[in-house]
Amino acid sequence: MKVKVDKELLLRVAKNARLELTDKEIKKFLPELKEILESFSKLDEIDVSTEKPSFQPIELKNVMREDKVEECLSQEEALSLTQHKKDGYFKGPKVL
Amino acid sequence: MGLKKFVQEVKNGNISVEEHTNKIISEAEKTNKQFNHFNAISKELALSQAKELDKKIKKNEADGKLLGVALSLKDAICVKGVETRGGSKILSSYRPLYDATVTERSVQEGAVVIGKTAQDEFGFGSFAVNVGVDMKIPKNPHDDERACGGSSGGSGGFSALTDNTHVSLGESTGGSIATPASFCGVAGLCPTYGRVSRYGLLDYACSLDKIGPMGKTVEDVALLLEAISGLDKRESTTLPNPLGEYSKSVGKGVKGLKIGIIKEFFGEGTDKNVDKLVQNAIIELEKEGVKTKEISLPANDKYAIPVYYLISTAEASTNLAKYCGMRYGIEDKLEGTFDEYFTKVRSKNFGEEAKRRIILGTFARMSGFRDAYYLRAMKIRTLLINEYKKLFKEFDALVSPTMPFIAPKFKEIDKLTPLQHYMSDLMVCPPNVAGMPHISVNAGSSRGMPVGILFTADHLQESKLIQLGSAVEKVVK
Repeated sequence: MKVKVDKELLLRVAKNARLELTDKEIKKFLPELKEILESFSKLDEIDVSTEKPSFQPIELKNVMREDKVEECLSQEEALSLTQHKKDGYFKGPKVL
Repeated sequence: MGLKKFVQEVKNGNISVEEHTNKIISEAEKTNKQFNHFNAISKELALSQAKELDKKIKKNEADGKLLGVALSLKDAICVKGVETRGGSKILSSYRPLYDATVTERSVQEGAVVIGKTAQDEFGFGSFAVNVGVDMKIPKNPHDDERACGGSSGGSGGFSALTDNTHVSLGESTGGSIATPASFCGVAGLCPTYGRVSRYGLLDYACSLDKIGPMGKTVEDVALLLEAISGLDKRESTTLPNPLGEYSKSVGKGVKGLKIGIIKEFFGEGTDKNVDKLVQNAIIELEKEGVKTKEISLPANDKYAIPVYYLISTAEASTNLAKYCGMRYGIEDKLEGTFDEYFTKVRSKNFGEEAKRRIILGTFARMSGFRDAYYLRAMKIRTLLINEYKKLFKEFDALVSPTMPFIAPKFKEIDKLTPLQHYMSDLMVCPPNVAGMPHISVNAGSSRGMPVGILFTADHLQESKLIQLGSAVEKVVK
């Protein structure tokens, strides 16, 4: 697939990934990503129309278990690694 | 002293675990100033484990394959109460509330946890130079101007450096066990995908990550593999198949084994001395009764690297989405909306290569690009696996150098573009993409630096790798 890798695309991807890039990073990443994707475009030469994707390298079977409560971390333990907490909950930044 | 003899001496009461632990901790503390192999040294934990073991040994209540042996773990593997950062600043101060399955199993077999080893941030590199913000780069014990290899660099470096009895747990996504094993001159085995539980591993790429043993000898590595392998009900991708006879395969001989020599990985593009040392080792194996034939791996040679980087970065970009300055790890002042807060924390605390891979991976799975990049790579992976499977109908293992060159100098690595950096994974990427087990063993040195030979076998054939690896140890001077 031919993709035009420009600053606009880079910033759109970065925003999706919740990253704010400095001007220096933009200047560095832009030609690097162009070079990487250009090199990876050799994958386009393969006909994959009849291939199934291998989401794992080895065949796996679904593993089921009974839906019952087992031992897990206590609320107190789960909250012990953060200073941002209130009334037994994690406290996060505001949503709106 | 090798593990087997050491464990016997410990059981017989001839070695005090506490004394040995004190010795290796002092060695780690002292050498870390020069070589940076450890991100954390867990002195307190190690000494309490050692004292406990000594008490049990006195009462004749102690047993285990790793009794009293010092164990270091790649920083990405959780150890309860010990700072676990995966080489990243974003996980500063994270002390897990639980042990990884491999940690738990090793300790049950009597291992003493001495610390967390240095690595590329989240495993993102081939030379262990892409460490997180404010973190230190591990140096090669044979020449401190050269890299240990990545990403399990500290594990390889300290395994080579230590004078004491020690093994390490590394983790490989695209070559991160074999590469440092080759550059540091130790043995490193990356098992079949699913052979060893990933529970408690900081994920890089879930369909590629494998935890595996590193150490001075193939026998040490086989013993550690035995301790950690097998089904884990907490990890649904672990395989139910019975374990192989790993340590019993050491020194079993190699007569009649059929090996395919991968022609693409010799000759042009490979350092002449590396080429020659690996060829010599193969000739020695032939004298031991191995049958060889030149084979070709054209699709893997050409496509494994782009397939690997597209799959691994796509998976990494989702795995790293959870690191946002909440719940654990580094935190900032809660200001702004959640988007603003997460963006600030992530932009400040991820290193450059982490950002590069998050961007590449986010792109590869974004609407409009997903089919052309991520899904296409997953389909080509099927072709790459089939290329291997066809060869393994005829051959017990395939062989090549591990890396096309000896450990590079830091100033040489600085000149590489990211793409050139990625291309250095040429020989180690293919087995990783296909989930095939592989082992790197020392095949001699060139200009004072170790050279590794790489064997790859079919899924679940780790025992054959151990047979071959221990045969190489026997014939290479």
